Amino acid sequence: MLIKSPPRHQLSEQQVTPESAYVSRRRVISGLGAGIGSLLLAGNARALDLFGGEPDKAAPRKPLAFTPQKPAPDLVLTPQAKVISHNNFYEFGTGKTDPAENSQGLKTEPWTLTVEGEVEKPGTVDVWKLMGEIGLEERIYRMRCVEAWSMNIPWVGFELGKFLKRFAPTSRARYVAFETLYDPQQMPGQRNRYIGGGVDYPYVEGLRIDEAMHPLTILSVGLYGKTLPPQNGAPIRLVVPWKYGFKGIKSIVKIRLLEQMPPTSWNKLAPQEYGFYANVNPKVDHPRWSQASERFIGPGGLFAVKRQPTLPFNGYAEEVASLYSNMDLRKFY
Amino acid sequence: MTGQWKKPAASGLQVAVHIGALLPLLWLIVAINQGRLGGDPVKELIHYLGMGTIRLLLLTLLVSPMAKTLHFGQLNRLRRPLGLWCFAWATLHFTAWLALDLGLDWSLIGAELIKRSYILLGFFAWLILLALAVTSVPALLKKMGRNWKKLHGLLYLVVVLACWHFWWSVKSGWIEPAIYAAVALALMAWRRQTVVRWVKSFR
Repeated sequence: MLIKSPPRHQLSEQQVTPESAYVSRRRVISGLGAGIGSLLLAGNARALDLFGGEPDKAAPRKPLAFTPQKPAPDLVLTPQAKVISHNNFYEFGTGKTDPAENSQGLKTEPWTLTVEGEVEKPGTVDVWKLMGEIGLEERIYRMRCVEAWSMNIPWVGFELGKFLKRFAPTSRARYVAFETLYDPQQMPGQRNRYIGGGVDYPYVEGLRIDEAMHPLTILSVGLYGKTLPPQNGAPIRLVVPWKYGFKGIKSIVKIRLLEQMPPTSWNKLAPQEYGFYANVNPKVDHPRWSQASERFIGPGGLFAVKRQPTLPFNGYAEEVASLYSNMDLRKFY
Repeated sequence: MTGQWKKPAASGLQVAVHIGALLPLLWLIVAINQGRLGGDPVKELIHYLGMGTIRLLLLTLLVSPMAKTLHFGQLNRLRRPLGLWCFAWATLHFTAWLALDLGLDWSLIGAELIKRSYILLGFFAWLILLALAVTSVPALLKKMGRNWKKLHGLLYLVVVLACWHFWWSVKSGWIEPAIYAAVALALMAWRRQTVVRWVKSFR
């Protein structure tokens, strides 16, 4: 009987085998459906892939110069290894470890970001040049995924509002739309619906102008002091700490300022489950699960996992609740 | 009528079932000990156990079509161990959710069971499996007679509930649950007369 679970000695063998040979061999093995044990294991390839150990082809990350956050909030940080291995980036697969495995070849340099629409001075910037001149700062934020897990992450970035002002938004600019790179050659999820989870690509997101201009909203270019790895949205991504994680669009190539509310990817896929606002709200449940609490992904293993209550606006109510003072948050979820 | 091939002994196959259902659990223990379940190990563990459960369920349903097609009646002896393993995996799946995801917070568990339809579906399926496991003792089979068959026909309901539970639990990507549902449908279609007879037995 074939049991896919590799014995310990194979782990070291894998380290001396070229990655390409290892991967193709593994494909052959997973193609053999012999025995109940392998049947039970085969579809859990995601869990099995974790046996792959450290990826030796990880995209290089550069150290960044930035102002550390002072005073740093009293948060237990999620270890970097978990921040960069547990990701949702469906362009590289729907499994949590798929992005880290499939995105290391993403070409992030050079990278340009275009800002257009309702602005007086539309333009295209070189993101790597921008990192050097804009003045980066650290922001330690809570990150709450709509799937009811959370992390605390030390981002490096700059305020979106300050950046947008360079392009002189007009008085008609009421919304801001964001777009991820569309490159099916590099992004397997955009080539194949099964890999990409049925999302209509390119991934698009949006904010109201006051949300975009809020000082908590940042464009991040790094985490843990270094540039972003591809799976976290290199080289530039959005972070809106009081909203569910899916609002934090990754690998952005275009920002448009608009008069009308732009479509957003998850809202298009399941409008009854994911709204435009997507503010973290323990009182408004997802139709299929509760949002009242969350599993915090921190240091430690399986038995160290803790469930903690979810905070209104993810703990940033003091800063942002006033943006929504006249809105029914059950209706505008 | 006998087939042209040499049939393996049913007892040997039973041993294979036990090993096959047990080894992935041993692997799981190793994976937990070595912290190999990734960033969100609780979710990974629950999904792993859930996927194993639904596969064991479909395997259980595959036995009688195989036995008939291969003219190998002894295969039917695999139904009981497979069914019991399916229950064992389902219990682990359910326990992992109760203890590790919700931390045995009973008020939260109650709220989740009532409010989350997919969890309720899974819970009903587990209750049925519990009843089937308890009554799987051979002595009870004789004692219960026709009622045993009536009760154990509820496995068909478990299949429906399990596929539904899977379907509703995924965030996006209906393809994987659809594949399982299609296999389940094929297995049910194959035994449609038995299913109809079972439904009629309640009249």
